[in-house]
Amino acid sequence: MRENVWKSLSLLLVALCIALAGCSNDNKGSTSEGTTETSGAGGGDGEIKVGILHSLSGTMAISEVSVKEAEMMAIDEINAKGGVLGKKLVPVVEDGASDWPTFAEKARKLISEDKVATVFGGWTSASRKAMLPVFEELNGLLWYPVQYEGLEASPNIFYTGATTNQQIVPAVTWLLENRGKKFFLLGSDYVFPRTANKIIKEQLKAEGGELAGEEYTPLGHTDYATIISKIKAAKPDVVFNTLNGDSNVAFFKQLKDAGITAKDLTTLSVSVAEEEIRGIGVDVLEGHFAAWNYYQTTDTPANKTFVENYKKKYGADRVTADPIEAGYDAVYLWAAAVEKAGSVDVAKVKEAAKGLEWDAPEGKIKIDGDNQHIYKTVRIGEVQADGQFKELWNSGDPVKPDPYLKGYEWAGSLSSGN
Amino acid sequence: MDVIVLQLFNGISVSSILLLIALGLAITFGLMKVINMAHGELIMIGAYSAYVVQNLFTSYMPSSMFNWYFVAAIPVSFIVAFLMGLLLETTLIRFLYGRPLDSLLATWGIGLMLQQLARTIFGAPNVGVTSPSWLNGGVTIMGDVVLPYKRLFIIALVCLCLFAMYVYIYRSHSGRRMRAVMQNREMAACLGISTRRVDAVTFAIGSGIAGIAGCALTLMGPIGPSIGTYYIVDAFMVVVLGGVGKLVGTVFGAFGIGMSNTLFEYWTTASLGKVLVFLCIVAFLQWRPMGLIAMRSRSLD
Repeated sequence: MRENVWKSLSLLLVALCIALAGCSNDNKGSTSEGTTETSGAGGGDGEIKVGILHSLSGTMAISEVSVKEAEMMAIDEINAKGGVLGKKLVPVVEDGASDWPTFAEKARKLISEDKVATVFGGWTSASRKAMLPVFEELNGLLWYPVQYEGLEASPNIFYTGATTNQQIVPAVTWLLENRGKKFFLLGSDYVFPRTANKIIKEQLKAEGGELAGEEYTPLGHTDYATIISKIKAAKPDVVFNTLNGDSNVAFFKQLKDAGITAKDLTTLSVSVAEEEIRGIGVDVLEGHFAAWNYYQTTDTPANKTFVENYKKKYGADRVTADPIEAGYDAVYLWAAAVEKAGSVDVAKVKEAAKGLEWDAPEGKIKIDGDNQHIYKTVRIGEVQADGQFKELWNSGDPVKPDPYLKGYEWAGSLSSGN
Repeated sequence: MDVIVLQLFNGISVSSILLLIALGLAITFGLMKVINMAHGELIMIGAYSAYVVQNLFTSYMPSSMFNWYFVAAIPVSFIVAFLMGLLLETTLIRFLYGRPLDSLLATWGIGLMLQQLARTIFGAPNVGVTSPSWLNGGVTIMGDVVLPYKRLFIIALVCLCLFAMYVYIYRSHSGRRMRAVMQNREMAACLGISTRRVDAVTFAIGSGIAGIAGCALTLMGPIGPSIGTYYIVDAFMVVVLGGVGKLVGTVFGAFGIGMSNTLFEYWTTASLGKVLVFLCIVAFLQWRPMGLIAMRSRSLD
């Protein structure tokens, strides 16, 4: 008996060691590129440390790993061209582990211990909300690369993804004009879909739409039979889909099985990009719509090189998508701001970033000095048989970011709450 | 009327999926009392096995054969998960019998490792499995009611698994030995049964069935490193409600939860429906702590 106890204990220990070894390896991989000892803000003489903080494990790893890779690629490209201010960028990679308190803790570590000049990271709104107080307290700088629900503008965060008036609001208007008035709102049960749908409901009221139903499912929900029955009973023209993550796979697979295709019912998703299409299956998604600012098929010279380099670096079967591109942009925008400011000091970088323009893969983008969001072009696309999007409509010029929707009369009641 | 029939069918379908994911656990947790938190990851292994078989068929078989990959994937998933279970049992679980809390922590750790392993091998994003074309579409009955072939297929698969398990456990020699060991270990050992081997095989069978569940779930849901976490809570709920140690209980448990979940979800919302189901289960277990069907045993615990 006694022997058994020891055996199992030692076994557990071995298991633990293996797990720990795995973790420490990750850290080594990220910092070993730095050759000299570093000290002071932003690293030593010949280098500048930058933080990368994404979920590399847990549920969100599915999306965030690719963004991390795009950011690493941008850093490598900048280093190959001689770095920033003549110094090399050294990435310090941390794992947020899909756990919001961990994001806050690691953000604190990056700023206070590693003394990074800036941090690129986050995906879910929950992770951003967890990091926000840390960056404001320590006066750090965060570049957040994902479309989100708006109603926020922290002086310490640059938002390189779309806010609502660059994705959801124009998409609703387009659907009302082209696809019908009766909307069914379906989303995951957390802050982004609930806020987005609050905005959509106000907009429907103002622009003559009609609400056929509104449903939320827990994150990770896998059975949509009942929801699909409800959709069938409500007979909407459009399903506006704000489901996030794996639920999309279950929803679209089961929608097709229930005999409903894109021909019978229009759906528009705001969290399904090229990367997700591969996991859901093209046969299931063909003909459905999405709204983003960038597609792999977006036709600009910058995008051609971006896609080529990304595939060369990470494999020919990989695809690029909106948040991947927004993460890539973030690194370049920060580097440009630093060059312009001549320093990595947060206040100087922020000042220099105002009105900064850059030819991104998605086209010309510009930082809005007031709310630190980005001017972006809105694009609505349809999923094709090859898993890529065909652009059906775009806004022409980049749209000015308006996180509090001040430019929309019907949105008056929304921003007052904040 | 249409809606009632459709919801009734949905209820049966959800129940069958719950039963499929809980069957393996009914053996590893129900019979063997191992709080197996890695059960979800065994489901994941089954799902990835289906993915690998699909890729092998696309690469090495004529495209006319592609539709049959799924038939091959089911036994492959079973075998891969079976071997994984065997490995787990012989290297770890067998040191933890009778220590439920330790086994909970250890298997949870194993689960995390397996998730990360899948992430390393297959990459973090979900992978796609194309369903065979003979499972696309559905039977239309009464105008608007469509019964998808995939859901019908899963119901049939569950019935088949149940039948096979019944035959194995109650009608075969090795099944009889298994029941003997689970009910009264010392007595069985005295009668010359190798309890070690029975333990290992039983755990492996439970794992194998989890593999089949994973394979079937590729038809309905996502295939990614963390899918196990979506199903593990439901699986434990079914086994606990049904009564630990009885297969019949698991069947009733799955139907109770599946039907009430579908109905509550239809009347209220998905989130609230789940809360109501949990409340009902808690209330029920207050009334009957042993679950729907209690296990009677003469062995001394």
